[in-house]
Amino acid sequence: MPDAGHSRLIELCRGDPAMRAVPLTSEEEGIGLAAGAWLGGQRPALLMQSSGVGNCINLLSLTKTCRFPLLMLVTMRGEWAEFNPWQVPMGRNTQAALELFDVLVYRAEHPDEAAETVAAALDIAFNGSLAVAVLLSQRLIGAKRWLK
Amino acid sequence: MSASGTNDPRLDRRAAMQTLLAGRGDMLVVTGLGSTTWDAAGTGDDPRNFYLWGAMGAAAMIGLGLAIAQPERRVLVVTGDGEMLMGLGSLATIGVQHPPNLAVAVFDNARYAETGMQASHTDTAVMLTAVARGCGIEAVFDIADEQALQDFAGRLKGTAGPLFARVAIRADEPPRVLPSRDGVFLKNRFRGALGID
Repeated sequence: MPDAGHSRLIELCRGDPAMRAVPLTSEEEGIGLAAGAWLGGQRPALLMQSSGVGNCINLLSLTKTCRFPLLMLVTMRGEWAEFNPWQVPMGRNTQAALELFDVLVYRAEHPDEAAETVAAALDIAFNGSLAVAVLLSQRLIGAKRWLK
Repeated sequence: MSASGTNDPRLDRRAAMQTLLAGRGDMLVVTGLGSTTWDAAGTGDDPRNFYLWGAMGAAAMIGLGLAIAQPERRVLVVTGDGEMLMGLGSLATIGVQHPPNLAVAVFDNARYAETGMQASHTDTAVMLTAVARGCGIEAVFDIADEQALQDFAGRLKGTAGPLFARVAIRADEPPRVLPSRDGVFLKNRFRGALGID
């Protein structure tokens, strides 16, 4: 999903000939896309913001029932120094919502943790056919600058 | 128009599925919740069918992921109007990706058959063919008779696409034919049929 926190990663994915970047109109599309990609022998990852996690909830039934591996990288909003209160309800409940659906949740709070946390999530997702989300904290991403 | 009488000119859903899957070759098939899943099972179980018993609105996206992962094979999604309406954004995503090996066929009876035959949005205002065209899919077919359906089935054996078809079917409920609803089994045998560990 288009996202400011993921913007550099999205550019890197688009520039990598070993990857196929598929922009989506809504996060739940990605759950189906990831399932289809795995059925066809590819290893998918889904990039989104915390607000999009709520859009995925029912479709996580597909992931769980069929035991599809899933790696979600989620940039957090609604926590550290958030300017926009409309982001707070989903941000505060992102981890709990994922855990209600038995998605394993890892968090990275600092930049030096990000690479190894994502690598660990990737291993457990594809070795264990499990759904894993890495929450990249808003403190790590940097609060959105509204007043320029 | 009668819903299921013999004067209804719309196609029979089971016969339509048989026409689409006849001589399927190595085609991969995804069916939506729920009647198209029963239709595909009624045509004959196959490990290369991935039946959805849930995930309503996701059939076309699963087909897209599969089409990107298996570019040498034809991928056919057959779903209902209600399931397609729930995932209209996926037509936009498919239009942008434009996978030549993906085909989406919507069995349109303008009803939610599984929940008591309530009218769907295609009963009045919504033309799925226009939505598909508006999403950048050029090869769009509005199918209302057996000959047009056979022509479309012939296109599935070619390599052009993406293809989108709206198939007008009667609003009836043939006896259910239920495939396995064990998702792990369906996933593993599908990958096994593709030779993936």
